[in-house]
Formats: sequence, C-alpha cells, structure tokens
Amino acid sequence: MKTIRHALLIARKDLALELRTKESLNAAGAFAIVILVLFSFAFEETEQIKEIGGGLLWLVFAFAGALIFNRSFARELPNDCLDTLLASPLSPASLVTGKALANFVMLLAMELISIVIFGIFFNVNWTRHIGELSLVFALGTWGISILGAVFGALTVNLRLRELMLPIIIYPLLVPLLIAAIELTKLLLSNQSMTPNDFLWTKLLIVFDVVFTALAMLLADTILVN
Amino acid sequence: MREKIAIGTAAAAAALLANNLYQMFMVLPDEALQGAIYRILFFHAPAALVGMIGYFVALTFSILYLSSKNFLHDSLAASVVEVSLVFSVVNLVTGSIWARVIWGIWWTWDARLTSALVCVLIFFGYLVMRRAIEEPTQRARLSSALCIFGCVDVVIVYKSIDWFRTQHPGPVLDFRTGGGKMDPAMAHIFWLNFLAILLVAVALVLVRTRQESTAREIDSLRRLAHTAA
Repeated sequence: MKTIRHALLIARKDLALELRTKESLNAAGAFAIVILVLFSFAFEETEQIKEIGGGLLWLVFAFAGALIFNRSFARELPNDCLDTLLASPLSPASLVTGKALANFVMLLAMELISIVIFGIFFNVNWTRHIGELSLVFALGTWGISILGAVFGALTVNLRLRELMLPIIIYPLLVPLLIAAIELTKLLLSNQSMTPNDFLWTKLLIVFDVVFTALAMLLADTILVN
Repeated sequence: MREKIAIGTAAAAAALLANNLYQMFMVLPDEALQGAIYRILFFHAPAALVGMIGYFVALTFSILYLSSKNFLHDSLAASVVEVSLVFSVVNLVTGSIWARVIWGIWWTWDARLTSALVCVLIFFGYLVMRRAIEEPTQRARLSSALCIFGCVDVVIVYKSIDWFRTQHPGPVLDFRTGGGKMDPAMAHIFWLNFLAILLVAVALVLVRTRQESTAREIDSLRRLAHTAA
C-alpha cells in the first residue's frame, strides 16, 4: 500500500514537472506527427491502410516512447536528485513504478494525439470499437511504460544512454508489440474479436503482470549500488 | 588446472567432431527427400539447443551473482552469453542455407526463425551494454538484471510468435515426437554431434571466463594505479 502511495507521489511530481516544461511531450508528439506524415508518403490511403494501420501506430508509439523514457530518469541527474530520491524513505520499487505511471500517462496522451491525426490523415474511423481499443492501448502502453521505466533506470548512468535504451528495449518489446498490433489491426478493420483473438489479450496481460513483478523485484538491484 | 580442463575438453570435442564428420559424410546415406543438404541438421539443431541451454545457464549464473556478489559468476554469465550468441548465429546461418536449398528463400518470418533472431538481438544488447559500462560492480549488477529480463522475455517471445505464424518443419527428434520421425542411425550421429558442439561450447566458455577474469584484474590494477597517482 505504501509502495503504491509513494509511486503515485512520484508520478504526480513527474507529471507536474512535465506540464511545466513539456520537454518530453513536445518532443514525442512532434516526432509522432512527423513519422505519421512520412508514412503518408510511403503508403497509399486505401483499404490496405486498415491492415497495416495497427503496425504503423504501434511503431510510432514505441519510437516516440523512447524519447519519453530517456528523459524519465535522466531528468533526475542534475543536482544529484536521483541520489536524493534513493536516500529518501521511498523504496526503489515505488520509484520505478511511479516513473512507469508517469510514462504511462504521457505515452497515452501522445497516443491520443497520434490516433486522431492518423484517423484524419488516412481517413480511418477508429471510434467504432473505442472501448476495446482503449483496453488494448492501456494494456500495451503499460507494458511499454514499465519496461521503459526499468531500462530508463538501468541506462541512466551509461555512456551513449540515448543509443543503449532502444537497442535493449525494442527486442524485449517484441511479444507485446505483436499482440498489440494484431488487436489494433483487427479493431481498425471493424472486425469483432473471436475467442482466438483473446489469446492476444491474454498475452498482453501476462506480459504486463510478469514484467511489472520483475521490475518491482529487481528495482533495488538496478537502482541501488 | 582450468587451462588443462579447457584443453582436454577441446581435444575431446575435436576427436568427436572428426568421428562425426566421417560418419556423416562417408557412412550415412543421403536423405530420401532432401538429398545431401539434410546433413546441415547435424549442426543446425545442436547449435540451437546449445544456444538455448546457454542462455538459461547464464540466467542461473546471473541469479547466483546477485545473491553472492562473486565476480566469477558474472564472468561465467558473460562468457556463456557470448558463446551462446555465437551458436545462435551458427543456427541462423545454417538454417538460412538449408532454407535456400529446400524452400528456395534465405529467410521467412516464421515463428522459430523470428524468435531465434529476437533472442540474438536481446543478448546482443546484453553484450553491447556490458561494453558501455566501465565500473565492474555496476556492469555485473546491471548485466545480471538484463539477463533475467532477457531470459523471461525469450519464453514469452517463443510462445507469442508461435501463435503468430509458423512455417518451420515440425519436431523430428525422439524426445519431442516419441520416436519414429528420424532414422536411428541419423539420430545417433545427431546426439553425438550435439555432444561435440556442447564440448566446443564448454571449452570456449572456460577460455572466455579466464580472459574475463584477467581483464577485470588488469582493470582493477589500472584503477589502483590511477588512485595512487
């Protein structure tokens, strides 16, 4: 319970900071829009776009997410804020979970902007299955956010931090991206989910649960020297 | 002592490999449907098995490092990942050559090919990250954490891509099928070659562990000299 309360405090701090500076959101949002514009040159606005739309969107989210995750722990480096946070009564697990929560909210905001722009640019009505789509986005985004927070912490003191994070995180995200892409593709094509498609939802849940548990278990190892 | 074990293991691997190569090329006939190319299986599948076993051995050493803080466990984990990565690449390359002859293509985004490639990418990231950390304690600690994440992910990757798409031939080995899919003479050479490749991997791990330990000693001496200066 204390961990959750502390995690919420960290998330609130990060979101307040982000609302003031808007450095991660501006960068990630601008990046997402540029990528979507570039996709419009690469792919025709046809029925085919509904088939590949899920893939395009999740690639945009994963790439733009890296910009948010790189900043999540790096913003604590000036003035030794990270050391202060670690010396405080906060547990490393609550710090990582709090950062993941803040990442989650920022990434969801960026995803909302991206899908609206995607709908306009590619003439796709994404609102027909908005309930299921929101569930897929929430589950997928939590998985990306928790891994982003863990590996943001793991790479925060490394040389070439910005380069290391994508090299490590993208291969690990493969199962989550496959499931999220499959489900988004299905929902954008206006098809209902069959029992077979629930396998992908289960995979998203398993991924989220396993990596959240692992992140909380290893937070101490990753953050405390 | 460790050097003698490495040399002994390498010598045993070389003798076994020589025998296996003779059996494969001079004794065993061509396969009825695939012709001569089927012999690549004797290297392709053992390399995959050795690679996979290696990742989970590295996971064990990583957990051991985190509980004991003994640098030998870290050196062993890093060496095992490095050697396993080599065998995983051998697995991909030999599979690709086989696919070119039998399927007419070098690569397809099939479940096992994709999961093998993702596995290589995950552990390539592990090695890249190790190179980026100079402080030995930090390197061992973070590498162990990444190895644990990587191994857990490998299991999920395998399952997820298996649902996604499959083209790879089904299992042929007796322990997966219950027998009857592979000629006993071929299965015999297969397992002998698995043993030979496993011995090569063990010899390489022993050599790499020694190099890792020496590198860490040199590094700590350099740091000591820096501090003294």
